[in-house]
Formats: sequence, C-alpha cells, structure tokens
Amino acid sequence: MQDDISIRVQNLKGYYRGSFGVIHAVEDVSLIVRRGDILGLAGESGCGKSTFLKLLIGVPEPPLSYEGGEVELEGYDIWKMDYGTLRRKVLGKCVSYVPQSSCDALNPVLRIRQFIADLLKEQTGHSYSAKEIREMLVAHFASLGLDKRILDLYPHELSGGMKQRSVVAISTYLKPSILLLDEPTSALDVTSQKRLIEMLASLYQEGITKTIVISAHDLAILRQICNRIAIMYAGKIVEVGKMDDVVSDPLHPYTELLINSLMPLERRIKTEKLTALGGRPPDLRVPPQGCRFNPRCPSRMDVCMSKEPPLIEEDERLVACWLHCGRRQES
Amino acid sequence: MSEVLRVENLTKRYISGFVLTRKVVGAENVSFSIGKGEVLSLVGESGSGKTTVSRMILRLIKPTSGRIYLNGKDIFAYSIEDYYKKVQAIFQDPYTSFNPHYTVNKVLKDAANFIKMGSNDKSKSKEDAAFRSSLETIGLAADEVLGRHPYELSGGQMQRVLIARCLLIGPELLVADEVTSMIDASTRVAVLNELSRLAKEEKMAMLFITHDIGQAYYISDKVAIMEKGRVVEIGSTENVLFEPKSSYAKQLVTSVPKLHEKWELGLESIYRVD
Repeated sequence: MQDDISIRVQNLKGYYRGSFGVIHAVEDVSLIVRRGDILGLAGESGCGKSTFLKLLIGVPEPPLSYEGGEVELEGYDIWKMDYGTLRRKVLGKCVSYVPQSSCDALNPVLRIRQFIADLLKEQTGHSYSAKEIREMLVAHFASLGLDKRILDLYPHELSGGMKQRSVVAISTYLKPSILLLDEPTSALDVTSQKRLIEMLASLYQEGITKTIVISAHDLAILRQICNRIAIMYAGKIVEVGKMDDVVSDPLHPYTELLINSLMPLERRIKTEKLTALGGRPPDLRVPPQGCRFNPRCPSRMDVCMSKEPPLIEEDERLVACWLHCGRRQES
Repeated sequence: MSEVLRVENLTKRYISGFVLTRKVVGAENVSFSIGKGEVLSLVGESGSGKTTVSRMILRLIKPTSGRIYLNGKDIFAYSIEDYYKKVQAIFQDPYTSFNPHYTVNKVLKDAANFIKMGSNDKSKSKEDAAFRSSLETIGLAADEVLGRHPYELSGGQMQRVLIARCLLIGPELLVADEVTSMIDASTRVAVLNELSRLAKEEKMAMLFITHDIGQAYYISDKVAIMEKGRVVEIGSTENVLFEPKSSYAKQLVTSVPKLHEKWELGLESIYRVD
C-alpha cells in the first residue's frame, strides 16, 4: 500500500568531503517507515545516525554532501525539489527535525514567545502579536504538559530538559506528520529523559505527529517508546525489526554485542559478566572490504571479508549478515 | 575492612554574583566513608554536588566546613606530594587530562618520576618493564600505545592509559569522576571492568562518581544518592537501588530506562497494528 508509507528511503548516500578525504558516512541505505511507526535508530557514535537524519530533510550542510538515492517524505520526493519549495511545503509542516544540540537552537536574547513569533512569521508570512502568540500556544503547551509561563521566559532561565521539551513543542506546533529527533535524550538527566519520552508519547497519542524517528545510542531509552528499531553500523543499516523481537532475539552479531554491552539497572548485570565490544569502529575513509563489521565480528566467515551481505528479509525482519543468508538458502 | 577515607559533615557554599552576592550550596553535611578495596558510587543528577564533593576530597577547592580524613589523618595535614601519592583521580574528559605534546611513554615516565620524588632510587632500567606490565594488565598492547600521542588514541584507550598511570602510582584512594561519559557504550564495559579489578586486586578504595545508575550498580559496593548538595540515601547497592526509601531516590530509580521492562506510556494499544 502506497498510502501507508511515511518515509521511503532508497539507496541513500551521503559523504563528508574535505581536506581530510572522503568519509563514506551513509552508504546505500534503504528503509521504509510506515505511518504510525515510532522508529528508533541505534548505534555507536560515528555510525551515521545523525548524518542519515540530516539527509532525510534534504538540507545537508557542508562538508556533508548528498551523493545519490531517493527520499520520499509523505509522497514528496525531496531531493528532486528545489530548496524554496522544500522549505515552503515540506519543512516544518510535513516534517520537523530536532537536531542534536537543539538546546542551543533557541535565541538567547529573545523570550520563547518572541522566538516562536519569528518562526511563525517565517513559515506563514504573517506577523502575530504577543497576545495572539500566547493564545495560540497556551493550549499546545498545556496538552504537552508544559507550563505556559515558559513562553515569557528567556532560554537561560530554563533547565536543559525544559529547553529540550520547549524545542520539541515549538517544532511540532505546525503539526508535522513526521518528527525526526537526533539524540534528544543524551544530554539530559534520567528524570528529564523520562519527561521528554512521556511528552513524545502524548504527541503521538494526540495524533499531532503520526510518525516519529528517534536516534540514540542508548537502546534502553528507545525501548521505552519505539515499536520498531533500526540498528546502524558504519554507515549501513544492519538490522531492522520490531523492538521486542530485536531485543529478545537479535539476529545480527553486532546487535547482540550492542545489547550485551548495555548497563541497564537490572540485577542480571551483576551476575552475568558483561562483555565489551572489542576494537573500534572502522575508518570510513577506507571502509573494510566485504561486510563492514568483519574486523570486529566474533562469527566471521571467509565470505564476510570479500562480499558485502545484502539486507534480506526474515520473519518480518531485515538483517544484513551472511550468517542468515546461509540459513535461508539451506531451508 | 579498614577505613581509607572518611568524610564528615562536609559543606561547601559558593559565593555567586559580584556586588549583590548570594550563597549557593554546593554540598551540605555530606558524610560517608570508604574502606580498603571498596567502591562507593556517588549518584545524582547534574548540579547535585557530586563533583563539588570530589573536588574537595582532591584538595582542589577548600571546604567551607567539615573534615576529610585519609587513613585517620586530616587531609590538610599531608604535604601535597604525599597526598597525591595516596590519592589519584581520573576525570571525565580524557582529551584534557593529557598534555597533547606528550607521548604515552612520557606521561607514564612523569608518573614514575613522581613516585620517586624525595627518595634516592635512581634506577632507570626497570621503568620500561613496569610501563609495559601496567599497560598489559589493563588490556592495551604496549607496543601499540607507548610511542603515541593522545590524539592518536581513542577515548577508551586514553582512559585506560590513565588507569595504567594510576596503577603505576599505586594510590590508596582513586577518585573516578564521570570517567565513562565521553566514551562509547561498547568500550565502557572494558573501562569499568578494569576499574573494578583495580579496586578488588590492588585493594584500592574508589569513589566512583556518575549520573548513570546502571553503571553505579555494576561497579560499586555502596551507593550514595545526592540531591541538591545533600546525601539523601546511602547504603549497600542492592538496598539503595532496588529498595529505595527516600522519595527522591525512588523517583530517580524508576526513571532509569530498563531494557526488559517498559514504562506505562499507554502506547501499546495505539501503535499501528502490524
């Protein structure tokens, strides 16, 4: 069903080009996110999560450059649109992107409501008075459990968690059907993390945003809210599936190691010895031959060194690993 | 277990502002003790005073009131050299802990010279072997790292070089202030395993400061939870983290995301039906 799909990514490629060489940060990524999914994007730092999200909204900043592939957001083929149309029709209205250091996105010399007035003027071409802004936003803030007094404050008067939640509230005011969040929780304390996750849940419940993509390196936090998860490693998606399935039975060796290296507050971590994932992520200027995970993989085979594994489907899950290609051929 | 560090009613008030000054509480009446081979975690959210306490123990800032004892002797009674032979620290950001011009070899050599300071030991040949063994025990290949500069190492490797340096100095108390927050989740376990081994095998007392409650549970014997400069709950890891008594500790512990348990967000019924 065509209508069902919120985000469709086909062979997306994005490289960083500069004096340091060419970093193959996102290589041939294909992914489908259906409307109503809350997708988590997990992986180590430097695996291409942020780069992938930046490419999804079609406005890469140098040295990041778009190198091919297609991205369709709610039917808009964004890499075929010119920047003006993209900005007028898609950004903010159809898709909202909350970058990693979004706390710094607020203007330090403007009150939150003045900041919002600026944004709305940019988006709608109409200037609103302070009173109008307050009337428009009080309900939106209240529905997300935010105090309306925040509107009259300056960013420095807010804590990190409040800033983050205000940014998310502002970026969803125009009711974008897709919300992309890049590491929204990593700079926050545990209690603020929980409040942010609860707020995202209420955004989703009230139908303000229909599809959410959250990147994070902490799988435990994604586990709380996402129904699907995509695992990235060295610029590639290695596994996609339902959250419960992936956590309880990871197929890709990297997913398994990533889950085992987590330290959630559970009694088992004291009794079972946790193992570290040896080595370090590969240098993406010269990605390893074959499977990109092969230098660190505990179950490496000969084929992994020479040929790249395709992303194959197995029981409603996608996995890119030769272990599973073999299994399918046998059965 | 013999007591290494004892902190009694430690208080620090910072003075904020220029003309209209006001006092800000950094830490208030903090008391705890750490025994030989014991790991105490200081857990709390940002701004709760964890680092203030560690800085006072490291003699980097002066307490407003209260006493700190190392092996039963007030810490200000030690000369600064003696004190740092007994107390060492590893900080959050490994990149700023290193002099960028120094190779790992030089860093370790400085540490070796520091221990010999004041003694007449002039032997040199042992050094290299000692560096190698200290690096090997924490799982770093000595040939790979010895000649390198900090920018050529990963965050995890750098933190482990700092652990090797501590091993060389052999302090009685190690203060580890958010050591894993700058390194990747996958190498975090390796660093924590090394620290834990250091405490158990070298019988070192350790003050482990973190905001990550899972890590505190993994590494420590005792946990103290801090809120707004005060210790609200202290006790064995099991009691504090799984049966917290104070309301703040309860709230903190339930906010920690778990991998095999979900919060009640009411989403199950409204997820798109697969």
